[in-house]
Amino acid sequence: MKKSLTRRNMLKTSTAAIGAVAGAGLLKGFPAIHAADAPVIRYLGTAVNMGDAVQKRLFDDTGIKVKFIVKTTDEVVKTIFTQPNSFDIVDSEYFSMPKLVPSGNLLGMDTKRIKEWDNVTSAFTKGEVAGKKIGDQGTAPKKVMYLKGAKSKEFASEPTQYVTLIPTVYNADTLGIRPDLIKRPISSWAELLNPEFKGKASILNIPSIGIMDAAMVVEAMGEYKYPDKGNMTKKEIDLTMKIFTEAKKAGQFRAFWSDFNESVNLMASGEVVIQSMWSPAITAVRTKGIPCVYQPLKEGYRAWAAGFGLPSTTKGRQADICYEFINWYLSGWVGAYLNRQGYYSAVIPTAKKYMEAYEWDYWMMGKPATADIMSPEGKKLASKGEVRDGGSYEARMGGVACWNATMDENKYMVRKWNEMIAS
Amino acid sequence: MLPYFFYNYININMMKFLKLKPSVGLLSIPYSLIFIFFFFIPLILTLIISFWDYNEYSIIPDFIFENYSYIFKDCLNFEKDMCVTFKTYLSTFIFCFITWFFTLIIGFFVAYFLAFYVNSITWQIVLFLLCTIPFWTSNVIRMISWIPLLGRNGLVNDFLLSTGLADAPQEWLLYSGFSIVLAFVHLYTLFMIVPIFNSMMRIDKSIIEAAYDNGANGLQILWNVIIPLCKPGIVIGSIFVITVVMGDFITIGIMGGQQIPSIGKIIYVEMSYLQLPAAAANAVILLALTLLIIWTMTKMIDIRKEL
Repeated sequence: MKKSLTRRNMLKTSTAAIGAVAGAGLLKGFPAIHAADAPVIRYLGTAVNMGDAVQKRLFDDTGIKVKFIVKTTDEVVKTIFTQPNSFDIVDSEYFSMPKLVPSGNLLGMDTKRIKEWDNVTSAFTKGEVAGKKIGDQGTAPKKVMYLKGAKSKEFASEPTQYVTLIPTVYNADTLGIRPDLIKRPISSWAELLNPEFKGKASILNIPSIGIMDAAMVVEAMGEYKYPDKGNMTKKEIDLTMKIFTEAKKAGQFRAFWSDFNESVNLMASGEVVIQSMWSPAITAVRTKGIPCVYQPLKEGYRAWAAGFGLPSTTKGRQADICYEFINWYLSGWVGAYLNRQGYYSAVIPTAKKYMEAYEWDYWMMGKPATADIMSPEGKKLASKGEVRDGGSYEARMGGVACWNATMDENKYMVRKWNEMIAS
Repeated sequence: MLPYFFYNYININMMKFLKLKPSVGLLSIPYSLIFIFFFFIPLILTLIISFWDYNEYSIIPDFIFENYSYIFKDCLNFEKDMCVTFKTYLSTFIFCFITWFFTLIIGFFVAYFLAFYVNSITWQIVLFLLCTIPFWTSNVIRMISWIPLLGRNGLVNDFLLSTGLADAPQEWLLYSGFSIVLAFVHLYTLFMIVPIFNSMMRIDKSIIEAAYDNGANGLQILWNVIIPLCKPGIVIGSIFVITVVMGDFITIGIMGGQQIPSIGKIIYVEMSYLQLPAAAANAVILLALTLLIIWTMTKMIDIRKEL
């Protein structure tokens, strides 16, 4: 039967469709507050780990919608300063806290409103993994975690009820290598400046992260031992930059990268065989079928951590919705999603519930895969029998040497970094 | 209302000065307003902020020269290596000149071909559209696409190796000054073609015929008739190319493998670390230099008269 599409018919069917959608939503049981009007959260962040699947699941579970404001790490910080009311929730890194907290633009987060607070990993709250202290050079989360009060602009050295960010995701970063092109084992950060890889090395051109990688290299070469890599003196900055400037002039680096995709292209095309890299970039190279290893190194890892913060003007219903979102975020589904990308969830026990036993063994326990390991998008990451680079959670997070940092001499460091790029 | 009256006052006096009818002034109001609010005022703010102080998270009203003096720190010390600022500007000027040279040569002859050898308007339009092909894809995709062509394992190197023209992959093809100029020329030749073509289309064909009838050969016609009449187009095209290259940091960044400095990149990094006064000072200097270049160029030719 053919029905002509008249305006009237069109109206009838579309109204019915809207009704059905609304009805279905209600049946699932929106909380009363949401039924009034579907809440939308403006989410400011780099959103590297937030795929469409997360948004869909969030809406199905809670009826909350998310509108992403995607910016780079540095731009996120800038936005918090310059447009503090342009977002409802921010996904920021802990190393930005020494800059952000004194501005008073962020609200102290109330841990009593976080259901899983007691289960947040000790790497954040105490700087420990499996009861052992891990490296805390740089802006380790525990140093900038607690506030003296909800509206405080000062950090507290002892645990309090109020925190700067509710932790969500973190990882231990290291160098990425192309084992098929290097053809020998790599075990030290010093290899980045090994003349053997002249014209085939790369480092990232984001000063606050690049300087930490540079410091790991300088220390591994035995040139200098920093009292605190994460808080260098002017002299130490000069020394570090001098070593890298000389290497750059000698043609050690093929390119510097500042965008995630650039690092993937450099590695996948073989222009570069050893470089600073982020975990999802390794995954991206591998899903192209090109061998790429996130090489554990004897000097340890450079770690980073991120979490959720709210602008200081948040109150009432808006705060309720944001806390509900955060509680949902920590309730396990996202945690499993993050773990499967090679990151770590801040609340491990809930994430475990959403992972298959073989996935858990591969990602968290460092055991050989008993089945093919898939990414959240369903692409194959590792075959049966393979072991995760760096092994278990305890081995990787336990091997952290330093954290991404904001130094006291930040201004000087950025200038010196620019000089190195210009040299 | 006050700004409006203020504006009107200036406007009417300008009209008197330029001896134009008031109706012309009215027509220019919308654009002038946009210009004042979104260009002139921000520019003044940039200038003011370049004298402010700053810390990690805020800019502090002040009147200091530190932002400027830092830029030229060590620049007058000739015993040391050239300072970063001079080095950066020098490399930017070199890119500017080479890019300008090649876009001018290529752009001029493409425009010449389009204007004098293609007779149908349809074909002129079709060929014009072909010239815009570089702008059909996004900047990032375009840049990344150079890797498979110029990279170590790229097409050009494969060709060189397989024909025995080179015995090792040529690394200077990518992430070098060469690749930067290549990308600039590839992109910005169009900016030369359009104004030069425009000038050429205005040339009265009978002038060329007259030159021919008087016994001038092709080269003489080109040199003594066409080029002088195309000068406004050439200057406008040059202004486009030079201003774009002076302020560019994305092309230089990606094609130079982030290893070749540009003023734009320095400003960008300073901005992302909220060192806004320092960035403003750099921007003011860049603007002053670019204006100086344009001013020199307009001295060579009075654009207003030629238009």
